[in-house]
Amino acid sequence: MTTTMLRRLSRLHGRLGSVFSPVHMCARSQSSATAERKRFYQDVSISQGEGGLYEINLDRRKLKTPGGKLFTVPNEALAIAVATEWDAQRDTLKFYTMHLSTLCNTALDNPTQRDKDQMITAALKFLETDTVCYRVDEPNALVELQKNEWDPVLHWMEKRYDVKIGSSSSILGPEIPKATKDTFRQHLTSYNFWSLTGLEYVITQLKSVVLSMGMIDRHLTVEQAVLLSRLEEEYQIGFWGNVEWAHDYDMYELRARTAAGALFVHLASESSTVKRKLMQD
Amino acid sequence: MAALSSPLRVCRGILKELRAIQGPTYKRSQAYNYIMEQFRKNKVTGERYCRAQQELNHDSHTYLCLLASTRTHMALHELYHSKGEASTKSAAAMVGLRLPTQPGGKGWEK
Repeated sequence: MTTTMLRRLSRLHGRLGSVFSPVHMCARSQSSATAERKRFYQDVSISQGEGGLYEINLDRRKLKTPGGKLFTVPNEALAIAVATEWDAQRDTLKFYTMHLSTLCNTALDNPTQRDKDQMITAALKFLETDTVCYRVDEPNALVELQKNEWDPVLHWMEKRYDVKIGSSSSILGPEIPKATKDTFRQHLTSYNFWSLTGLEYVITQLKSVVLSMGMIDRHLTVEQAVLLSRLEEEYQIGFWGNVEWAHDYDMYELRARTAAGALFVHLASESSTVKRKLMQD
Repeated sequence: MAALSSPLRVCRGILKELRAIQGPTYKRSQAYNYIMEQFRKNKVTGERYCRAQQELNHDSHTYLCLLASTRTHMALHELYHSKGEASTKSAAAMVGLRLPTQPGGKGWEK
């Protein structure tokens, strides 16, 4: 071999060697999966396009979904909320905090290619392992807590929809009668596709159909629903103590996602009219 | 279930969050205008229990929860989960050790 080739080889070896040397490992993770996008726009605004749908503008450019479609929302409130999310980003774009945008993208792109019926079936399947219906046998304090906190919501739900759900502490979970499922299916069919997307998201987050419906029907607030969903965890925290970087972190993330889902369902299914009352003497 | 806190508190909370997001120019944002318009529009109702008003009250609570918990979640993330992995040198320094050195350099290093 010539000396130049040897020199090149040794340089290459040196470079490779330095990559494998642990001292040269960077402090920040360098994988391209977490490559951060910087905020590349100054202003965020909304505009109304064709068909009365609202679009988001980042500076001059129109926002698009990850699937390449134009990002459109059916009403102004949702558009403003999404615009606020984009405006809230500082130096880098943190997509994991932009829950409403993510939900809109999912509804627009439908990456899993599902239709309403499939989504309703998936949601009803969750009922069989609903958190609120799945009870423990011990410790006694937790059994009492579950009874006192979850039974009222369950009864409210049974009364509101005129169904039987029931709870169980067996490993198989409760037996949901077919009539109950049919009633819920009929109710859920009245929601449009966007609302169902949001509803399914909420059910997945809260791990409970009962709590999700309770919140969507405005019987529970987001904070209450999250608390009830995490009841056992809260019980254990009360016993063993709270760990901020895990418990609080999870709770606030759950709250943010659930609130986004609830808002998404409400905004996607609203139609507001202004009725003026005539003055009557 | 429990009664919701008054619309005034929720409105103030939302505006506080908007100010935290946008800084001192938050009054010029579209979100601000929309929120104020909604609150003003639904303030007066002739009925004792107005369903639309209760619905919007719940929705405003939901939005406040969304803004506040997103901000708190981000703050906790920055505080606890943002630093990534430390280099071996600083990881060793955390427990008071130093990395071994080889005065002649390792054979394959430059």
